[in-house]
Amino acid sequence: MLRTNLPHLLSEKEHSELINNNENVMVCCGRMGPMCIPVYEIMEELQSEYPNVKFADMEFDIPDARVIRNLPEVRNFYGIPFVIYYKNGKVVKATSSIQTKEQITEILVNYLLKN
Amino acid sequence: MEQHFDVIIIGGGAAGLTAGIYLSRAKMKTLILNDGTIGGQMILTHQIANYPGIENISGYELANNMKKQALSFGCQIKNSIKITDMNLTDYIKSITVNGKETYTANAVIIAAGGRSRMVGAPGEERLKGKGISYCATCDGDFFQDKEIIVVGGGNSALEEAVSLTKYASKVTIVHQFDHFQALSHYVDEAKANSKIDFIMESKITEFIGEEKLEAVKIQNQKSSETEIQKIDGVFIFIGYIPNTERFSGILELNKFNEIVVDNLMVTNIPGVFAAGDCVSKRYRQITTAVADGTIAALSASEYVNNIKITNSELATD
Ligand SMILES: Cc1cc2nc3c(=O)[nH]c(=O)nc-3n(C[C@H](O)[C@H](O)[C@H](O)COP(=O)(O)OP(=O)(O)OC[C@H]3O[C@@H](n4cnc5c(N)ncnc54)[C@H](O)[C@@H]3O)c2cc1C
Repeated sequence: MLRTNLPHLLSEKEHSELINNNENVMVCCGRMGPMCIPVYEIMEELQSEYPNVKFADMEFDIPDARVIRNLPEVRNFYGIPFVIYYKNGKVVKATSSIQTKEQITEILVNYLLKN
Repeated sequence: MEQHFDVIIIGGGAAGLTAGIYLSRAKMKTLILNDGTIGGQMILTHQIANYPGIENISGYELANNMKKQALSFGCQIKNSIKITDMNLTDYIKSITVNGKETYTANAVIIAAGGRSRMVGAPGEERLKGKGISYCATCDGDFFQDKEIIVVGGGNSALEEAVSLTKYASKVTIVHQFDHFQALSHYVDEAKANSKIDFIMESKITEFIGEEKLEAVKIQNQKSSETEIQKIDGVFIFIGYIPNTERFSGILELNKFNEIVVDNLMVTNIPGVFAAGDCVSKRYRQITTAVADGTIAALSASEYVNNIKITNSELATD
């Protein structure tokens, strides 16, 4: 399990429940490495700023993380973390490797929260 | 509303956190302002094996320990802030963050560290994570049996090139000079590895690919000739640049944009000190950042105490 203060998705079922029962979801799929830790920390901070978005992590190397690793949107990704943004259960944006708070916030606003 | 501190520290890496520990333990009202992840470059290190007294620790853990230690002495830390305005030259220094909160202090320590240098060629930002990486331990396993390039000629570049041969079928090191800056044992190890090739005196001038990296344009620095090489991945380790743009024109910087300090970490502005990777020095390590942070804290502490003594003498006159 990842050592973060985010809710952890431990199975495909938990992943599916989260994205299908919430309108706006951001999932960071990674390891405890230098490119991933800053993203988890940014998400932890954003949790209180964006109560309309559900934030969660998922460990890259667990078998059930195939729900993320096998997405067509990550076909060309060669850098962790894989960050997936879901709106009403559908992928609306995916990013590979480390991102800044500004980049993440821009995606939240433009892809999830703008109606 | 303004909030006043004895000392404000800009930067929460090894240098800034150490200064925070020393100052708050000395009962100085201290605030650390950090724009990234607390721990700075320490977070980028998987395993630290050269911090005295600790045989092996992840950078994340060491950073968290330092943060906890600073907080336990009463140091305040504000993370993920942006400095939007700053006056360091006045007797009372003031710093505004996120365009709204202003903090004042008698002294400021700048511990802004450094960041990875990018190649700066077209396509780099767009293809980051899609074939371009800055972390071998994070992304090496995506390149199993693939051909990759490592850019750089220092210790990190050569060490990581060797480690990436665990996955890649071929590693080509592209370096801009005709010799390496790395220590000789890193060079010898890379040269002895049959999976590693070298392209010297050359630079990548373009990263090519739509959805993912497919090729790079490489230019020979002597002949100016360019060639396009198909490639699966590029790892970039070409050193670090100091985070001092914000202080240019305010503080004295050297030709590498590092802050000029004396041996007490004093800058050209009274009451402003600097520490860690952002100052002019030869060796950049956690131990040296920690040492600088200690000295800056002790110097700042003395400076603030002198102000307080002068102010109380004036008050009793
Ligand atoms: C991949 C890698 C591996 C390394 N391995 C080792 C090792 O094994 N052992 C070792 O001893 N050293 C190692 N180093 C070097 C070591 O990490 C650094 O020398 C040291 O951490 C520098 O600390 P610092 O506090 O000076 O700067 P940094 O760690 O860079 O911290 C500066 C902080 O200031 C913040 N900041 C910058 N500008 C501003 C601003 N305007 N406003 C607010 N905040 C700001 C940044 O976000 C950052 O958090 C490694 C470095 C790297 C990159």
